[in-house]
Amino acid sequence: MVFIKPEELKAEVRNLNFFYNHLQALKNVNLPIAEKKITALIGPSGCGKTTYLRCFNRMHDLYPNNRYEGEIILHPDGLNIVSPSVDPIEVRMRISMVFQKPNPFPKTIFENVAYGLRVRGENRRSVLVEKVEKALKQAALWDEVQTRIDDMAFNLSGGQQQRLCIARALATAPEILLFDEPTSALDPTATSKIEELIMALKKEVTIIIVTHNMQQAARVSDFTAFMYLGEIIEFDKTDKVFTHPSQTLTEEYITGRFG
Amino acid sequence: MMLEGQNKILEMRKRIALNKLRDHIFWMIGLLATLVGFVLLFTLMVDLLIDGLPRLGWQFVTSYPSRFPEKAGILSAWVGTTLVMILTAATAVPLGIAAGIYLEEYNKKNWLTHLIEINMNNLAGIPSIIYGLLALGLFVYFLKLGESILTGGLTLGLLILPMVVISTRESIRAIPNSIREASYALGATKLQTIRDHILPYSSGGILTGMIIGLSRAIGETAPIITVGALSFIAFLPTSPVTSTFPFFSIKWLFDPFTVMPIQMFNWVSRPQAAFQINAAAAGIILLFMTLLMNGFAIYLRYKFRKRIKW
Repeated sequence: MVFIKPEELKAEVRNLNFFYNHLQALKNVNLPIAEKKITALIGPSGCGKTTYLRCFNRMHDLYPNNRYEGEIILHPDGLNIVSPSVDPIEVRMRISMVFQKPNPFPKTIFENVAYGLRVRGENRRSVLVEKVEKALKQAALWDEVQTRIDDMAFNLSGGQQQRLCIARALATAPEILLFDEPTSALDPTATSKIEELIMALKKEVTIIIVTHNMQQAARVSDFTAFMYLGEIIEFDKTDKVFTHPSQTLTEEYITGRFG
Repeated sequence: MMLEGQNKILEMRKRIALNKLRDHIFWMIGLLATLVGFVLLFTLMVDLLIDGLPRLGWQFVTSYPSRFPEKAGILSAWVGTTLVMILTAATAVPLGIAAGIYLEEYNKKNWLTHLIEINMNNLAGIPSIIYGLLALGLFVYFLKLGESILTGGLTLGLLILPMVVISTRESIRAIPNSIREASYALGATKLQTIRDHILPYSSGGILTGMIIGLSRAIGETAPIITVGALSFIAFLPTSPVTSTFPFFSIKWLFDPFTVMPIQMFNWVSRPQAAFQINAAAAGIILLFMTLLMNGFAIYLRYKFRKRIKW
């Protein structure tokens, strides 16, 4: 187990339990999230890593009969983002998400990136233009789309669409950026571009990434948590997890003996 | 060995030929079925045109009905149909879309909503005369709206409401959930998600439902007769625009009216051949009105839809 200094924390998960109706999907999860670092969640299918990630922006609130117990404390203000008294919309405005499959809106490239700002009531053209450009540059997509910013987003390739979704999530300057297996629908070239992008982004934002691909976790992340059956089996610095795992289960998983 | 292999290939070729023959037979059945519908419709149209076309003219569309077939016209009927259809669209479309959105996006699934769903689907199949009886009791006697254009429009609006609701729901359901999640993940509220995504992306399907509904309504006779539309009207409703303040009037809503199908029915049931020709001519106009309405809706759908594909 690794110790992260309190002042370097962006969020802390404390005794988090999550239920789909009566089915308990997360069991007493504890995890520190370091600020402006990349934390990867790995584990076999159905281990609860996506469920866990979706707690961070309260996506589970969109569907009935879901229930959280415990705390996810967001620093610096100490807000418990899974508390029923906290508005999920406020949480989603502070914590953005990039999904598994690219899901751009059937609108123009510009309107896709601008949507988060429009939701926040920003409609001044000059502000939108400036922030959209900045977000597209951050997402390393500006050079490819600057001449056709008013084209439909569906005309972009899969990898470009995913970077567009990253730009869309970045445009509102979130405190944490969540990635849910962002490259599982992409080819190797597009994947490596996204990985480079994620590593570059940690200068500006705290990142949590769920991935199926252990090499990806090893390449991009600073910390890695291995999950199994709704529990965190091991959490440590990434190189430690992949070279000297302290749990046999972790070792079996990363060496490919199950999962 | 060699021979056996060749036999296998020959057998396979026979099998392919047989499969292809079946393919062809199925293709011909399909073509035949399509032709039956097309030829019948075409014959009907040509027959209507041969009968009615010579009767069409300025006089026909600007005259009131008359005892003399050559002086008779459809002025009150087409004005009546136009006004009734405007009211039908104005009631059924917003109500239907709102109900469809509610059922898909807000509604929690429980036994009550299942009951509503089953009812909604059944309502689309109820004979139109039943709607006429309902409207007679509700709009004419209970709400005392009279045998008026308003009653006619509301009745037909009620009739096509289930169709608009069902098509709205279907096109909303076709939107991938990942689009909703993308919107909510950016911090959008339900209203923002519906206004900016759900409605624009489903507008094509909603318009299709509107076209089907309005096309049915424009040809309906039974419920309109039931609520007391007249078949002989020699005046127009009060003009909605007035020369004095406030420059508009809603009196026309409460005027008696007739519609194209009733006018046609009236003429067809007369013994004189000249009236039959009038009915055919009115039929052409009714077809033209339907096409015009559909053409407009299809244009709108094209404009909305060409930007969206899943």
